[in-house]
Order: sequence, then C-alpha cells, then structure tokens
Amino acid sequence: MLIFLLRRLVQACFVMIIISVISFAIQDKLGDPVQQMVSMAVSSDEREQLREQLGLNDSFLNQYWRFAKGAIQGDLGTSYHYKEPALDVILKKLPATLELVFCAILLIIIVATPCGVLAAIKPKHPVSRLLMIISSIGLSVPIFIIAIFMVYLFSVEWNIAPSFGRGETTEILGLWDSGIFTKDGLSHLLLPSLSLAIALMPIFVRLIRAEMMDVLQSEYIRFAWSKGLSAKRIYFIHALKNTMLPVITVGGIQAGTLVAYTILTETIFQWPGMGFLFMDAVSRVDTPLVAAYLIVVGGMFVITNTVVDLIYGLVNPTVRLASHGL
Amino acid sequence: MNLLSVSNLNVNFKMKKQELAALIDVSFTLNRGERIAIVGESGAGKSILGFSIVNLISKPGYIKSGSIKLENKELTKMNLRQLQEIRGKRIAMIFQDPMMTLNPVLTIGDQLVETIRSHTKITYKDARNIAIEKLHNVQIASPETRFDQYPHELSGGMRQRVIIASVLLLNPDIIIADEPTTALDVTIQAEILQLLLAICRDNGVALVLISHDLGVVSKVAERTLVMYAGHIVEEGPTLEIINDPQHPYTQGLLNALPQMTLPGQRLNQIQGSMPSLTERPTGCAFHPRCPYATEKCQQEQPSFIHSGVSSVACFLVEDMVNDFANQDEEDR
Amino acid sequence: MKYSKKDLIHPIAGSRWNHIWSGFVGDKLAVLALIIFIFYCLVALLAPLVAPFDVNDPAFMDLINSEIAPSWISHDSRFLLGTDAQGRDLLSVILYGTRLSLTIGICAVLIQATLGICIGLMAGYLGGRVDNFLMRCADIQLSFSNMMVAIVFLAIFQSLFGIAMYQQLAMVILILVIGLTEWPLFARTIRASVLAEKQKEYVDAARVMGISSKRIMFRHILPNTLSPVLVIFTVQIANAIVAEAALSFLGLGMPATEPSLGSLISEGFSYMFAGSWWICVIPSATLIILILAMNLLGDWLRDHLNPRTYKD
Repeated sequence: MLIFLLRRLVQACFVMIIISVISFAIQDKLGDPVQQMVSMAVSSDEREQLREQLGLNDSFLNQYWRFAKGAIQGDLGTSYHYKEPALDVILKKLPATLELVFCAILLIIIVATPCGVLAAIKPKHPVSRLLMIISSIGLSVPIFIIAIFMVYLFSVEWNIAPSFGRGETTEILGLWDSGIFTKDGLSHLLLPSLSLAIALMPIFVRLIRAEMMDVLQSEYIRFAWSKGLSAKRIYFIHALKNTMLPVITVGGIQAGTLVAYTILTETIFQWPGMGFLFMDAVSRVDTPLVAAYLIVVGGMFVITNTVVDLIYGLVNPTVRLASHGL
Repeated sequence: MNLLSVSNLNVNFKMKKQELAALIDVSFTLNRGERIAIVGESGAGKSILGFSIVNLISKPGYIKSGSIKLENKELTKMNLRQLQEIRGKRIAMIFQDPMMTLNPVLTIGDQLVETIRSHTKITYKDARNIAIEKLHNVQIASPETRFDQYPHELSGGMRQRVIIASVLLLNPDIIIADEPTTALDVTIQAEILQLLLAICRDNGVALVLISHDLGVVSKVAERTLVMYAGHIVEEGPTLEIINDPQHPYTQGLLNALPQMTLPGQRLNQIQGSMPSLTERPTGCAFHPRCPYATEKCQQEQPSFIHSGVSSVACFLVEDMVNDFANQDEEDR
Repeated sequence: MKYSKKDLIHPIAGSRWNHIWSGFVGDKLAVLALIIFIFYCLVALLAPLVAPFDVNDPAFMDLINSEIAPSWISHDSRFLLGTDAQGRDLLSVILYGTRLSLTIGICAVLIQATLGICIGLMAGYLGGRVDNFLMRCADIQLSFSNMMVAIVFLAIFQSLFGIAMYQQLAMVILILVIGLTEWPLFARTIRASVLAEKQKEYVDAARVMGISSKRIMFRHILPNTLSPVLVIFTVQIANAIVAEAALSFLGLGMPATEPSLGSLISEGFSYMFAGSWWICVIPSATLIILILAMNLLGDWLRDHLNPRTYKD
C-alpha cells in the first residue's frame, strides 16, 4: 500500500511540474508585464532597468524557479482585469463549480446505477431495451446540444427553470457562497447539473451494464445462488461490488472530460464558475488568470485521480497484495 | 422412500436455430446417507445433471421434461423463492474451481454468515460461532483469523476447505460436489477427498460426486452412474462396475486409467472423442467409438436393462442377457 | 523445416474480411449506418456541386434575407432550410460545414492513428524500459481528456496569435491539437495486440528466416492488428468531430465566416430565444445523425471483430 501511494505521489508531482511549466510558459511568453505596468512615455532605458529589477532577463530556469516558488506559496500573479491576485479570483469561483459538479455526479450515481443494474439483470425486459436505445443515442449527442435543448425546453418553452446565472446564494461559515440552500439557487442549479449529468450518464449506464453482465456469468455468483441467497443480496451485494471496481477506474478517467464539460456547461448557462471565468480570461488575454486556472484545475485533477485510486484500493481487497508486486 | 429421485429428466439447450438435447431420459435415485458418483468424459452432461437438480443450469439450458423429487417435493415445479429454501439448506453444492467460487471482494466470514442468516433467523454473533465451528471441523487452523480474511489470502486447498465448511453450515441432506478436486494439486486432492468422505459419513449426508476420474470415484462412492453424451449408460455398485464393467464405454474408461498400463507402455485410450451437442449420432451415441458396434447400434437406441446387480444400456449386453435367458429355458 | 511464404501470413487474415462482410449484410442497422456515413462523405465531397449557393460568392451573404424560416413554413422556395442571421442559405452553409467537420475529424484521427500505431508498435515490440516509459506517458495523456487538453491549448494559441491571425490558422491548429491528443488509445490497443501476436509462431518463423525486425513489425504484425484499429478509428472520428464542434462552439474553433457544424450551432444558439430555432436545430440534427451513424458503425464493428479494446 505504501509503495502504491509513493508511486501515485511521484506521478502526481510529475504531472504538476508539466502543468506548471505550461502555465509559466503562458505567463512568460504572452503579454509583457512591463508594458502592463508602465505608461507609454517611459523610455526604453528605464524599461530595461525595470526588466532587470523584475528579473525578466534571467535565464528561463531561474525565472521558472521563482514562479514555482511563488506558486507553492500561493502567489500566481495578479489578474490584469480584476487587479486582484489571480488565485483569489479563481478560488472565489470555486464553490459554484464544485456545487455544479457534485450535483451532477450525485445525479449520475443515483440514476445510472439502478439503470445499469436493471439492464444487466433483465436484458430482455422492454424497459432495459429502451434504456439501451436511449443511452446509445445519448452517447451521440454532444453536451452542448443537450444543454441548448434544456435551455430551450425548460426555460424558453415551458418556463420551468431559469437558464442563466446562479441565483440567490447564501454564505456558509464565511467562506463558501452556496446556492443549494435557497429555492432560487436550487432552481438555477437544476438545468446545468442536469445537462452535465445527462451528458455523462450514457457512458456509465452502458459500462455498469456490461460489467455487471460479465460478473453475473462468474462462478462465484452461481455459487451464491446455490447457497440459496436472495436475489436482492446476490445482485446488490455480491455482483454490484465487483461491478463497481472497473466503474470507479473509468470514473477517474472521466475526470478530465468532466472539466471540459464543465467549461462548456458553464459557458452555455453563464454559470459564474471557474470554467466560465477561464473562457472570459482567454478572450481578455488575462494570462495570469489563465495560468492560475490551469494550476488550480491541474491540482484538483491530480487530487481526484489519487482519491479515485485510493477508493479503488479500499473497495478491492486484492490491491493491497498486488501492489507489493509492482 | 428415496431421498432424491430423478426420473426421465430431459434438459435442452435453446439455441437460435435449434434445440440441442444435453440430457436425455436420465433417471436415478439417491437414498439418505448414500454416496453416488456420476462419471464420464467432459461434455457427457454430468455437470449439467448436477446443476439441474437445484435448477441452476446456465442459460440457454432449461429442463424440458421429467421430474426431480426431493422426498415428495417436486423441484422442477418450484418457483425461485421455494427453490432458495431448498438450495443451501437441503441440497448444497461444491464447485470445481475454488479460486473462482468465492467472491473476491467479500471476507470468508461474510460469505459464511450470509448463508446461515438467509435461511435461519439468528443473530450475527451466533452465526459467526457456527461458522467458526464449521471452519474448525474442516481442519482449518486458527479459524478466527481466517474468518476476517479475503479469499485471495488463502491457498487453493484452503479455499476448497472453506467451501466445504460453507456447504456444511446448515446440515444439508445432500451435497452435490462437481469435480471438487480437479483444480487442486495432486497432494491436496487426496486430503480434500478424505475430508469430504469423512464429513459425509459422520453426518449421514448423501453425496453426489461428479467426476471424470474413476480412481477418485472408487474411493468414495458406493454406487456409480456412467454417463455418455447425455445418457446414463451404466449404473451399479461401484465395486461391480470397476471389477466387471459391462458397457464398452465403461470398459474403455477403466482401461484408460494409468494404473491399467505397465510403466513405459502407451496409455490405453478410447478411439475418437465425445460427440458435441450438435453432432450426436443416431442410435447408440457411442457406436462410432465402440469396438463391438453392429448395424443395430447405428439405428436404434438401446434401452436400460438389468444385468446382474447393474443396469446397462447396450445391445451387446442385452443380447448376452437374452442368450442366457434362452439357454436357461432350454436347459429347463 | 522450410517455411513457405504461406506460413508467414496470419492464418485467418483472409477469411476475416469475408466473415465481416457476410455478417454486415445481415444487419440492417449497420447497413443503414454505413449508408448514412457514405451519404455524408459524398455530400461533403461534392458540397460545391450540390449546394444551391456558392458560399464564396460575396452576394451569398445578404442581410435582407436574414432569418427566413425553412421553406415548409415560410413558403420561400429559394431557401429550402431557411437562412441564418446573416442571410446565408442554411442548406449551403450546412453542406460546407459538414465538409469542414468531416475533413477536420478524419485528418485529426489519421494523425492520432499514425502516431498511436508507431508508438504502440515500438512499445510492444521493443518492450522493457521504452515500453514502460511510453505507456506511462500514455496513462498521463489519457487521464486528461482530449477535450480538456484541446481547450487549454487552443485557448493558449488564441491568446498567442491574436484572434484575427488565429482564425486564419484555425483549421490546421484544430487538426493538430485534436490529432495529437488521443494517440494513447491507438497505442495501447496496438501494443496489446503486438504483445499477443509476438508469442505466435509466424513471427518466430519470420525471424528464423532472417527477416529484419522492422520488416516483421510492419509486414506481419500490422495487418493482424488492423481490426481493433478499425474499431477505434471509426469511434474516434465521431469523437474528433464532436470535439471540433465543441471547440468551435466555445469560439475556439472555426470562425463564423468559415463555419463548421459547431460554429453554426453556436451562432444559432443566440437566435434561439428570438424564435429562429432552425438556425440551431437543423445543424444540431445534422451533427447528431452523423455521430450516431459513426457510433453505431463502431459498435457493430466492435461486436463483430470482437477485439478486446482497451477498457481502462
């Protein structure tokens, strides 16, 4: 288990270094900080002096080292547009994105698991067939089209839920702006999280079904039947736990897709989260903000992947032994 | 009354285009505490027979006709809920490969306790005590530790012991053991077999041992059924079958045992191989491989006749029995 | 023992295609999917001939004609599917958009496949440390989804070149970015197949005959790993087209003056609330049908060729 963790840690550091180099390169190559800081009237000599002071003439490695040191201390530069530390700007938007993502994941788990299990247990049942047809089609509809039609149906045609913004938020513990405690906030959350969930659902329904059907063929399930256990116990304890192992792995892989999908969803619903901010920063060429976003998302991404691996290790008893062999 | 009686059982496989017969008119009985064996090559249908008793044939197989009676209860007519009460509690099964039989993500204890608790209403603690006692009975050292371990932490022989313990939990009347030692090391095979035999004998449990190995069978079973291509071809006391096999197939099987060959000599084997479900020959299914086959064998299916203490389905034996009878009459 | 040339060819290489073909004709859904795909390809190829208007004609864009509903509603027979906000004939724009989307999709996947196959063959054949390193890279690359990487890089390029310059280069950049991001899928499958094929006799036979290892790789292993590649190829084209559409939708892809399906949908989205639903709905439907056909085709191929496509 320890070796397993160490390997993960090394991999995580490697990924973070790549991300930080990219972020640094963006900040370094895009936009000249001197131009941002001084007026046009300043002579080129003085500019050169300033460059020297700021250390902009140092070697790439030296500059990167400074950047990395700053990044570890939480200093990712100042946003050109907001005139605030980029990290603060990003973190202020974090709650909105996290709430959106968690709601979507919750919806996926609640809906996809029973659907996949049903489709696996009773593959010939008309409901299962319908589910498979819907998920086949769903797999082919890009998320932004799903979101557009959600907006069109629920918001324009039926006027059930609002289609943009986050609505009323309340502050919890002084550090988290939450939209899930007000009716208005929840109604704003409905469409974006639903779109996000629907876009990812077909993958999981199909995956759970396929894995579960595999598991149901196995000898230990037949042995469980021969012991006279109830169908409920066999399906939901014996089979589902084994089904979930590969599903967790694939879930981890989908984390990157989820980030991309969040950007799309937030753009369409003008959800004031990190993705929306990122697209805004891109169009304004606010490079410190773009770089900060990359580092924050990269960090979250690495953490998610590690957590997924840990959960996998907890659910799968054989991992503890197997990891010694690696 | 017989504990278990199977009569005229037909099991078919429903394929897309055709129905394939896996078991044809299979009948046998089992008494309380009796140990019988079902032998045959792979593909003979012996495992299907074992599974069909508790209606666990894997899809697309199904019981087409016939009856399976446990005392006076008809098993083929039962719904799932009624069957669940029989499975595990009255008829328990041991599978071939202990590596695949235990669920990898549940502890040994979980898998033992759940069996008890799904049949009787007792507390977890009591169930745990029973489980540990049974683990002790199958000679597992430090059962308390094993109880909390996962299957992958145990060796193959150990797992088969756990499975035998799990089968014993509810003191069933019948244990069906489907090739219980095939997947194990030779040294462990004997131990497990000895254990199984002792347990059945001590608790008065009836055993249906499914095996391809007549050597194994001869040590355990009192009575033996020989199967070929979905039919029972010979049935009788094990000693009788081993000392005086009557069906040419049984003779072939016995001759193929390594003990029957001198060192350095080629092993005897039956020519050809078992026909698959799709290409069953007409008449006696064994005739293409039978050294004594006649034209009659190619056309008609021999019926089951008594010959001494055994019963055999073979025209050769039938003719012999008839000759004896005729001679008897002439003598008189 | 002498090996004849026949021994060196994989035993089932020839009959496999017959098997696929005979199974294919029996499956109506698969045939339908293939017909749809071929139809799209033809339409894309012949767009300049089929389209009722020439998109490059300056007169094509005429604001007087803007937002005319499809002909079955507006009864304006000039524009079969209506016009968009700039007065362009929607049918013509969609035809050209499909052409662009398909081109980008296919080119991007060609890059993915070339890269993936080369890396996969190398990793599988050379093994050892090279294999370890390449597969670790593949793991990391795969854990970022292509969409996420593409968004980030396109965003960087856009800020780097400035929007005007970027729009001129958009197509090439899109192809490159989408092409370079999902090679691991190919690489892993190829590597797995190579490892399996490596054990087989005909590779040994080739080696015994003194054929160089490079030759063995490309002449003998490659043909036998083609079926899993075909499956991924089909599905990946669909994915690449979706990725392109999503990027264009975000404004990181094709510009509105040279619209792909994604940019059309993006543009139509803003007019949806004004009641001009067709500008958004018709391109969306076009896109969905194309993707659905490709996915069905991919599914069918997967089921029939039944390669163990890499799951995790």
